[in-house]
Parts: sequence; C-alpha cells; structure tokens
Amino acid sequence: MLMRKGLLAFLFGTLLAATQAWAVIETYEFESEQARAQYNQLTAELRCPKCQNQNIADSNAPIAQDLRREVHRLITQGATNDQVVDYMVERYGEFVIYRPRFDASTFVLWFGPLILGVIGVLVILVMVRASKKHKQEAVLSGDERHKLSQLLNDQENS
Amino acid sequence: MKRLLLFIPLILFAGMVVLFNWGVDQDPDSRTALEAARLNQPVPAFQLTRLEDQSPVDQTILRGQPMLLNVWATWCPACSVEHPDFMKLAQEHGVFIVGLNYKDDRDAALKWLNDLGDPYSLNLFDPEGRLGFDLGVYGAPETYVIDSTGVIRYRHVGVVDERVWTEVLAPIMRAYGFGGSESTAQENEA
Repeated sequence: MLMRKGLLAFLFGTLLAATQAWAVIETYEFESEQARAQYNQLTAELRCPKCQNQNIADSNAPIAQDLRREVHRLITQGATNDQVVDYMVERYGEFVIYRPRFDASTFVLWFGPLILGVIGVLVILVMVRASKKHKQEAVLSGDERHKLSQLLNDQENS
Repeated sequence: MKRLLLFIPLILFAGMVVLFNWGVDQDPDSRTALEAARLNQPVPAFQLTRLEDQSPVDQTILRGQPMLLNVWATWCPACSVEHPDFMKLAQEHGVFIVGLNYKDDRDAALKWLNDLGDPYSLNLFDPEGRLGFDLGVYGAPETYVIDSTGVIRYRHVGVVDERVWTEVLAPIMRAYGFGGSESTAQENEA
C-alpha cells in the first residue's frame, strides 16, 4: 500500500515536471500584481500573427516572443489594455485580437447569432400557432361525433 | 409551393459545399497572409544603421523613387531561394531594392552578400527587429512596395520570384512611377 502511494506520488511528480518542461516562456518582472494580471490577460487575448490559432501566451514562435516583450514594455510604461491592443492592431491588424472590436465590419459577427436565434424563436412560435389552429379544426362536429359512436358501437357488437 | 420549401435545406447544403470547397482550394499562402495594417501609410519612423559601415539612417532615406523593401535574414531558408531573383531585378530590371536585414548577425549578413552578391542599393541592419515589428513583419521574407513619398503601397509575404514580380509587384511599381529598364527591354524585343 505504501509502495503504491509512493509510486503514485512519483507519477504525479513526473506529470508536474512535464508541464514545467513545456513552459519555456520567459519570465518577466512586474511592479504590481495588477500589472501581472494585466499581462496575463493581454497575452491570453492577443493572437500570434504567425500561428494559425494560438495566443501569444502559448506560442513559442519568435514573433510571439516579440509581442510578449512589447506587451510587457507597454505595461511597465503604464499603458491601458486598450492602448496595448491599439498598438498591436496598428502593426498587425485586426487578426491579432481574439476578441473582435465592435464596429460596422464586425456587426454581423457580434449580432449574427442573436439575430439568427430570434429568427429561430419566431419560426417556432409561428409553427406552434399553426399546429394549434390545425388541432382546433380537427374537432368533430355533432354530426361527426354521432357517426363515430355509431361506428364504434358496430365494432363492439360484431 | 410547400413542396418547394422542402428543398431549402438541400440548397443551403449545396451552398455550404461550394463555400467550403472554395476555402479548401484557395492558395494556402493567401489564406494565411495577414492584412497589411500599414498599407497606404508612411513607413514608420526608425533609427537604424547601415549594414556595411554602421552609419545611422532614418526613414527619410526611403524617398525619391518607388522601391522594394525586402526583409531578409541569413537564418531564413526561403530568403536564399528568392535571392537570385532579387539579383536579377536589380541588375536586369533596374529596380531600387532596399534590404532590411532582420534579426540577424552583422558578420553573417555581410558574408552572405559577399558570397552570393548584393542586390540591395541600401542595406539596413535591424538586429532586434524593431523596424520589423513596427512594419508588422511576421516572418521573413516579406517584400514591401514603397512609393517615392515613402508610403507603403503593398506587402508581399513569402518568396518573390519571376511570376510574383511580373504579375503583382511590377504593375504596382509602375502605377507609382517605376520606369526601370524593363519597359525598354520589352520594346527592344518587340
């Protein structure tokens, strides 16, 4: 039992070591925890220009290193998130931001799903209403009811 | 009429097949190419040195005629592929080419130009990639068309070869006043 625990601890330890080996990203010093949080947020939201789909926090590409260095430099100079993002977009275009900005060209991106959702709800409402109407039409008249009971009776007698 | 409505999903599906097929068929270079954020803007201000003698240069040197700015490095395999084409452009077509040596070693770069030939009328040395960063360079080689007032008119990402020059770069260069020796060569042939 003790052996097994030791083995488990060892295996778990190697797992931790493996993740540390992955994190080859350079370390930066920050004046405050707030600046560090800002750095972590920005590097998670900025996209590596060379990679197809990776943020600069995760990428080992030299260009991602450059972007991280610039983010760090701007933060230590006291730049706000918007200023850093503007700085990057000015150089690398809208591609570098994972959270698209709000303007005429991104209107469909932001509101497309909402508009489609509303259309979907409307379609369902119309269909439900139509089927209700249909049900009301299916109600039998007095004459028909009489006929039906007669038919049922016939079946029971036979 | 209601029957026809049943075909809507099929039509949508066919439309999506066409759209996705078009996406797959597209040239991978153009699919991964970023928009050039600096298009139609002046070359960003810079303070660099010349590769050869380390004398300082700034952005005002990129004026006076339409030119190509080629971002290259000795560590970049594709740069050696396009190097002979730039030699040809400089020697046979009379193109004014500026070389931006990007994140490279000065000695290695000088050796490269010495061994393979120097197609550049001006050699800028950018070891930290500062001008590269301001330009939005995300991978060498990249080639920019800069007009005579120092405004960026086009960016090509990847290797420049004969086809890229004649089909893409040359028409843009001509639109911004490039005469070159090419037009006369063509007239001679005709």
